[in-house]
Amino acid sequence: MSQVFDKLLDARGLNCPMPLVNARKEIGKLAVGQVLKVVATDRGSVADFQGWAKVAKNLDLVGQETESTDGTDLYVHYVKRTA
Amino acid sequence: MDASAEARLAPDPTRMQVLEERLLDLEKRLAQVEGQVAEDRVALVVFSGDLDRVLAAFVIATGAAAMGQQVSMFFTFWGLSVLKKDSQLAGKTLFQKMMALMSPASSKGLPVSKMNYFGVGAKMLRSMMKEKNVSSLEEMISLARELGVRVIACEMSRDVMGIKESELVDGVECGGVASFLADSLKSRTSLFI
Repeated sequence: MSQVFDKLLDARGLNCPMPLVNARKEIGKLAVGQVLKVVATDRGSVADFQGWAKVAKNLDLVGQETESTDGTDLYVHYVKRTA
Repeated sequence: MDASAEARLAPDPTRMQVLEERLLDLEKRLAQVEGQVAEDRVALVVFSGDLDRVLAAFVIATGAAAMGQQVSMFFTFWGLSVLKKDSQLAGKTLFQKMMALMSPASSKGLPVSKMNYFGVGAKMLRSMMKEKNVSSLEEMISLARELGVRVIACEMSRDVMGIKESELVDGVECGGVASFLADSLKSRTSLFI
């Protein structure tokens, strides 16, 4: 699955809660309807982004995927600003 | 249209009045219910001055703020050490001086709750966290402020321990139990750490 996005946030190497905190800052800079792609190495971010999307009223988690490059797992999240 | 049909369509004044009253009553009750519903808020009491516990508090606070919650942190007793920028001795009683000398001068001096070994444990934890690229406590504190987390220092314990307002970092509110409860009663989550 490849998803269209408007902005890319590199959260590789960051740990809880930083991928979420940085994504929150970035999504505020996007226009309504735009999608932020977040690339993280923190495995916990998968559940964290799901929880965030459940609670927050102004965004949707439109996709999540796991990629493996050079032995490191990358957790990719697509967050769409809805309001 | 005949007369009987017209009569049926004409508004019934008593019925209208009853409906209006019921509507007013419902509006009043709705306002009451709305006042009781929890808001998107998180309230934390930070009683502990242990590095590990305080870290947990700040991870929750910054995470919740990022998720769009309004976060209040109420620092009391040992937790006040987190908010200190330095330690002063002038103008303190003997016991207050002793306490000041034996407690951390700022967040950088916090011990860990287990295996502290006179501060070696805390240093070890900090370097292990750095190795794993976890933000330091000080980074999380400034991040929390940046995200609009409300920071309240307990007036009573501050007074008892003789910690002056000038010893605390800037931008800290002073308050009592009611200022915490005012936030926690409206919160979905309240934690005592």
